[in-house]
Amino acid sequence: MHRILAKQTLSPNVTRLDVHAPRIAQIRQAGQFVIVHLAENSERIPLTIADSNPETGAVTLVIQAVGKSTNELVALNVGDSIRDVAGPLGHPTEMISSGHALCIGGGVGTAVVHPIAQSLQKNGVRVTSVIGGRSKEWVIFENELKRYGNVVVCTDDGSYGRKGFVTDAAKEILTNEKVDIVYAVGPVPMMRAVANLTRGFGVHTIVSLNPVMIDGTGMCGGCRVSLGNETKFACVDGPEFDGHKVNFDELQDRLGTYREFEQKSLACAAENCRLEKQLSQKS
Amino acid sequence: MSARISTKQRMQITRQAMPEQDAAARAANFLEVNLGLPERLALLEADRCLQCKDPRCMEGCPVGVNIPKFLDLLTAGKIAEAAQSLLCDNALPAVTGRVCPQETQCEAVCVRAARGLPVGVGYLERYVADWAREHRDQLPQIKPQPTGKKVAIVGSGPAGLTAAGELAKLGHDVTIYEALHKAGGVLVYGIPEFRLPKKIVAQEVERLQEAGVKIECNVVIGRTYTIPELQKNFDAIFIANGAGLPVFMNVPGENFKGVYSANEYLTRINLMAAYDFPRSDTPVLQGQRVAVVGGGNVAMDAVRTAKRLGAKEAMIVYRRTHDELPARAEEVHHAEQEGIRFEFLTAPIEVIGNDKRWVTGMKCQKMKLGEADSSGRRRPEVIPGSEFVLDCDTVVVAIGTKSNPLLTATCPELKLNKWGNIVADENGATSLPGVFAGGDIVRGAATVILAMGDGKKAAQAMDKYLATRAK
Repeated sequence: MHRILAKQTLSPNVTRLDVHAPRIAQIRQAGQFVIVHLAENSERIPLTIADSNPETGAVTLVIQAVGKSTNELVALNVGDSIRDVAGPLGHPTEMISSGHALCIGGGVGTAVVHPIAQSLQKNGVRVTSVIGGRSKEWVIFENELKRYGNVVVCTDDGSYGRKGFVTDAAKEILTNEKVDIVYAVGPVPMMRAVANLTRGFGVHTIVSLNPVMIDGTGMCGGCRVSLGNETKFACVDGPEFDGHKVNFDELQDRLGTYREFEQKSLACAAENCRLEKQLSQKS
Repeated sequence: MSARISTKQRMQITRQAMPEQDAAARAANFLEVNLGLPERLALLEADRCLQCKDPRCMEGCPVGVNIPKFLDLLTAGKIAEAAQSLLCDNALPAVTGRVCPQETQCEAVCVRAARGLPVGVGYLERYVADWAREHRDQLPQIKPQPTGKKVAIVGSGPAGLTAAGELAKLGHDVTIYEALHKAGGVLVYGIPEFRLPKKIVAQEVERLQEAGVKIECNVVIGRTYTIPELQKNFDAIFIANGAGLPVFMNVPGENFKGVYSANEYLTRINLMAAYDFPRSDTPVLQGQRVAVVGGGNVAMDAVRTAKRLGAKEAMIVYRRTHDELPARAEEVHHAEQEGIRFEFLTAPIEVIGNDKRWVTGMKCQKMKLGEADSSGRRRPEVIPGSEFVLDCDTVVVAIGTKSNPLLTATCPELKLNKWGNIVADENGATSLPGVFAGGDIVRGAATVILAMGDGKKAAQAMDKYLATRAK
């Protein structure tokens, strides 16, 4: 069992949980993830490690509540426990040891960019982060990223930072400065847009993918993604890949495989919740 | 051997049939197909054993179960002793009594098979093992003298569990590391409930834990710890982490929605209980027309599972014929009874999808059998111009697995063959002293019992190795 050591709401549906997993906290590297399995009948879900503290044994997970499983996770409070946490899984981020890195994060993906920036800065790389959200309340990890370099904030509605997409700010930086590598993590359309942008500049671009996954150890093949003509498994070959080769259309499509099921699962959970309320009112 | 019954009388008894759930009923549920022999039939069947002086059945058994001995004890009314004898030879008899391909092992070499049907060794193994599960209090608990030697086992599948049982019996301090959240490996994620109830696996695991075996789930060797790290803390290591990565057909359309590897399909349903969605949270696409590509046990498990999930048509697509099917004969027979359609001499060349990229069919070509290849099986050859479209909404690819690199990539000293499988000798010894390996990570894809045989042999070799090491 893995206790929740701390909890913080970062934006309307994004929650930070610090989970006790000492071995993982000790050895995890940027880019790696864990598989979280809340209870007996829960799903196994992959979550990228946003940070860790080897002293307290805490692993930081940043969770966007979208389906039943993620909603259950963010409903946990300090002192509650998660049944299973396995990891750290996946390859660590491909690093550079000098130069200038541009780290681009969109929404909850910003949390995934955090350990990459952290690691780059430790290597002596100059880091510029461009992070974005729909509006001010959706911008996360700004203060954390400021520790590692300059941060440019973008919001779609202009309520905070620059108005516009992260790609607009990234384009300016790529035009005006020498950038050696780009890391981009966020929704699939954002990563695709960044990859299309950086291709023109000829800058190596790494994206972190979060496809459907069950075991996280290479066994199921559900997380397969296409890179050019090659099929790769995100869990054992990734989760980070060359953004210029990823077939984003296929990734986006496969992420929609269980959309109907997700709605059914949520509806069912809501119905159970309603029945439980009725029962508790009666008693 | 008791003189209670003559050989002539034994010869007159015909083989008892395994009672089964009705085919139509079971095709709609996940309950076990075989119901087990009742006592009267089990004793009758056991009497069919001629108690050969030189029993060939034992040689046919990868874990060397002393078959005549436990059958003789059974017929003599000493079932507790029969169970003890069986458990001494085989760490997981309730499992092997259900999933072993007896027809190619013990029963294939049974002298009675020469004239009529062999003794139902599998049925009787199951009978005695099930008695043992229900009467644990009547079996002696042997507490061995602790040796003080620590052994790590990677993987809690059939090879790992068997090795753990053997090593614990010898007094070693055993810890199993399992990557998933539940122990049992392929016995829990792969083999369906209707063939091997999960409760039985759980009981076998419990029995090992009672014998002192520690199991740590959610530990992925190669990620959470590496083999060199384990070497610092353990006197010996047995690697049995299984086969790993599913092989896909490498045809166009294979990433359309509705194409699964058999591993994913079965894991969703078995380990994650997707058949119970939305009470369990993991979903699975419940196709109406499911095509399973392959002819092995995994393919049979997948296609029969699809049928039970409500598929109107569940099909096996196999490029050879019925006679070449590598699956266990009983599984093929059960599948046929349950109304599984077999498309023999058929090879897929493309998965077809609609504009939303959902599977709508599979383009196949017909094959014919040509000359025998190096494996002795006749090679399938394409019949030109025979392409046709098989109508289906779900495709499950069950054509095998390749080695998982997670562990081996973080232990470069470990010698691998060209397919990435660990090289081990007949005792499971690898290129690293004190590190042994067995099961699918050595063999590629094989069977539960062969993995168990590896576990048993490796445990014996490890015991010898540990004895050479000073305390």
